Amino acid sequence: MPTTHTGLESPKGVWWTPAHPAEKIWVTIAFVWCMVLFAMMPLWHFKGGQNPSGIRRKVEPTAFFRRTQEFIAQYQIGQDQGIPIVAPPPGSDVYLTAMSFQWTPILQLEEGAEYTLHLSSLDVNHGFNLNPLNVNFQVVPGYDYGLKVQPTAAGDFRILCNEFCGIGHHTMVGRLIVVSGNGTASSGGAR
Amino acid sequence: MTTTDFRTCGSTGLKVHGPAEALIKANAVVSVVALLIGAVGAVLLVLTRWQAVHLLSAPWYYRILGVHGMSMLIFFIIFFEMAVLYFASTVVINARQVMPKLGWASFGLMVIGAVMVEVMMWTGKADVLFTSYVPLRADPLFYLGVILFAVGALIVTSMFFANLVVAKREKRYQGSVPLVTFGAVAAAIIAIITLLHGAAIYIPTFLWSLGLMEVDAQIYRLIWWGLGHSSQQINVAAMVAIWYMLGALTVGAVVVNEKISRLAFVLYILFISMASAHHLLVDPGLGPTWKIVNTSYFMYMAVLASMIHGFTVPAGMELGQRLRGFTSGLFEWLRKAPWGDPGFSSLVFSVVVFGFVGGITGVTIGTEQINIIVHNTLRVPGHFHATVVSGTAMAFMGATYYLIPLIFRKRVAFWGLAKIQPYLFALGMLIFTMSMTFAGSFGVPRRHWDITFSQAPFGIEFSPAVDLLLGFVALGGLLAATGAFIFVAIAVKSVFFGDPLGEITHGTAMVGVPAGLTHPPVHSSNVDELNAELHQPGRGWRLGPAPGTVVLVGVFLLAFVVYFFVNWKVLSFVWKIG
Repeated sequence: MPTTHTGLESPKGVWWTPAHPAEKIWVTIAFVWCMVLFAMMPLWHFKGGQNPSGIRRKVEPTAFFRRTQEFIAQYQIGQDQGIPIVAPPPGSDVYLTAMSFQWTPILQLEEGAEYTLHLSSLDVNHGFNLNPLNVNFQVVPGYDYGLKVQPTAAGDFRILCNEFCGIGHHTMVGRLIVVSGNGTASSGGAR
Repeated sequence: MTTTDFRTCGSTGLKVHGPAEALIKANAVVSVVALLIGAVGAVLLVLTRWQAVHLLSAPWYYRILGVHGMSMLIFFIIFFEMAVLYFASTVVINARQVMPKLGWASFGLMVIGAVMVEVMMWTGKADVLFTSYVPLRADPLFYLGVILFAVGALIVTSMFFANLVVAKREKRYQGSVPLVTFGAVAAAIIAIITLLHGAAIYIPTFLWSLGLMEVDAQIYRLIWWGLGHSSQQINVAAMVAIWYMLGALTVGAVVVNEKISRLAFVLYILFISMASAHHLLVDPGLGPTWKIVNTSYFMYMAVLASMIHGFTVPAGMELGQRLRGFTSGLFEWLRKAPWGDPGFSSLVFSVVVFGFVGGITGVTIGTEQINIIVHNTLRVPGHFHATVVSGTAMAFMGATYYLIPLIFRKRVAFWGLAKIQPYLFALGMLIFTMSMTFAGSFGVPRRHWDITFSQAPFGIEFSPAVDLLLGFVALGGLLAATGAFIFVAIAVKSVFFGDPLGEITHGTAMVGVPAGLTHPPVHSSNVDELNAELHQPGRGWRLGPAPGTVVLVGVFLLAFVVYFFVNWKVLSFVWKIG
C-alpha cells in the first residue's frame, strides 16, 4: 500500500494499485445502475407509449405555413378570437404553425383517435407545451416535427409557448380541444 | 526568471510565483464583480416570477434574464476558472508562470469581450437571452464580444498546458502531478473542446448577424449546446478538483485510490461533452439513436465518473479524519469535523446538493423520453441551479475563503458572517431549486414573464400550489442572493481593505483565518500503521476504510432509483405520443 497523501501532493512511487474491495463494489454497483439507466431508453421505444421520435424532415417555413392554411380551409368548423377552429377526421395529418406570438389553428380532436401532429415555426424557435398535461416539444423553423398523438381524455387544453421568442412571448397561448368519442364537445368556449 | 520572483507560503510551504499570483488575483476580482451583477439580476428575477410582486416589466425581465445568465454562467464562472488554472499549474506544483504578459493580454481581451456583451444586453441591443437561438437577432457587437472573451479564455487554457510542460522540464515536482492538478487538466481539456464549439458557432453567427451567411436554426442549437452544456462540464471537473483540494486543506482528506479517481477524470474527458444532447431530446432535427447515445454520454460513462467522485471525495475525507484519530462509530468523523470553517461547510454542501439534487434530477430529466415532461419547464433551471450554483459556485466560494489568506495574504473580513455564509447560501439554494423543480412538474414554463397570462387570448390557471411554490422560489432566491452579497462584501473588503495577514500561528484560532490553516489537519504519528489497520479486508462488516461513506452513498443510490422510476411512472400517464 502506498503511503497516504492528499490531493494536493504528488503521489510517491507507484500509485497504480488495486482499490479496496469496498470501493470496487461501489464502482460495480454504479456501473450496473448506469446500464439500467441506459437500457430504459431503448426499452421504452419498444414497450412504452411516449417517445419523441416522430417524423423529422426539413421544410421551408413558408411551405409549411401554406400547408397549414390548406389544412384549415379543408376542415374549418368555426373560429374563436379570430383563430380558426379545425376538426380533422381521425387518422389524418394535422398541422400547427407557431409564429410570434400565436399558434394557428385551434385543433379539435377526438378522444382515443390517432393523429399525426405536425409542428413547425414560421419565424423563430418556439416551445410547444400542452397544458395542463405538461407535454413538451421544441418547434424549430425549417423543420417539420410529425408526432403520432392519441388523446386519452376529453377536455379543453391550452398550448403555451415555453421557448423565448421575443418580447411578447408570454402572450403566446393557443387552444386544443378534445371531444369524447360519441362526438359531443366536452366544452365549447374558453375555460 | 529569477528565484526572487518566488515567495514561500508560511502555512503550506508551497512556492508562490509573483506573476502567477497577480494573474490569479486579477481574474478572481473580475469574477466577483460578475457575480455581483448576476446576483443583483437574480433578485430582480425572483421578485418578478413571484407573481404577487411581479417587479419588472416584460422587456426588462427578459433583458435581465439574459444579463443574469451571461454574468453568472460565463463571466463569473470562467474568470474564476482562469484563476483556478493559473493556481493549479503554478502554486500547487511550485512552478512558475510562463509568458505572464500573454496572460495579461488574454485577461484584457476577456474583460473587453465581457464589457461589450454586458453593454449590448443592458442597452436592449441583445434581447436574445443566454442561448441567443438563431434566428433571434442581436447586435453584431454582442457576438463579437463573446468571441473575444472565448479567444482570451482559449489562450489562458493553452498557457495552463505550457506551465505544466515547463514545470515538468524544470523538475518543479516529483513523479505525477497531484490529483487536484490532474482534475484541472481534465477541466482544461474540456475547456478546449468547449471553446472550439464556441468558435464554431459564434463566428458563423457573427457573420450571419452582418448578413454574410445563413445559419440553420437546428444546427445552431446542436453546436451552441456543444458550448453551452460543455462549459458546465468544465465547471464539474473544476469543482471536483476543488472538492479534493478543500478536503485536503480542511480535514486532511487523503486520496483513497489514485487510479480510480484519475480514471474517473479521464471518463469526464472522454464522454462528458456529449451532454449537448440533453437540450435536443425533443427537437425535430435529430433521431432517437443519436439522442440515446449522446444523452447517455455513451452509456452513462460520465455519470459513472461522477458516482465514483461522489464516493471517493467523502471517503477521502472520512479516511483523513479517521487517520487523525476520529475513529469511533460510523460518523464521528463528520460530527467532529470543522463545521465552523467556511471552507469545510461549503465543501459539504457543495457535494451534497450537487449530488442529491443536481445529479439525480439531471440524469433523470436528461433521459430521452422523460424529457417530454420536462423540456423548457422550470424543472430545467431547478436542476442546473443545483449543479452550477449550489455545486460549483458554492465550491468556488469555499475555495475563496482559503485563497484570501493564501494568495492575497489578507484576513477574511467579516469573519462571523463568513462562518454562516455557506449555511445561508446552501439553505437558500436548496429551497430555491426544490421549489422550482416542483413548480416545473406542473408544467410552469421557464423564461416566462407572466404565468397568469393576463394578455393572452386564452387563459390558463395553474394549480394554487404553483403560487405557493413560486413564493418559495423567491424566498430561497432572496436567501441565496443575500448569501452571495455577503460573499461579495467579504471578498471585496478582504482583498482591497483587509488586514494584512502576518505569520499564522498554529494551534491558536485566529479571526479571519480558516481552521484548516491555524489547525492544519495533521494525521496521527502512526499514520501508516493506522491506515493499514483501516484497510484490513475483513474489518467492520467488510465496509472498508470508510464505512460511513458506504452508508451515505447507499442512501444516495436509493433516492436516485426512486426518483428515476417515479418519473417513468408519471410519463406513462400522458397521451400516447410517438
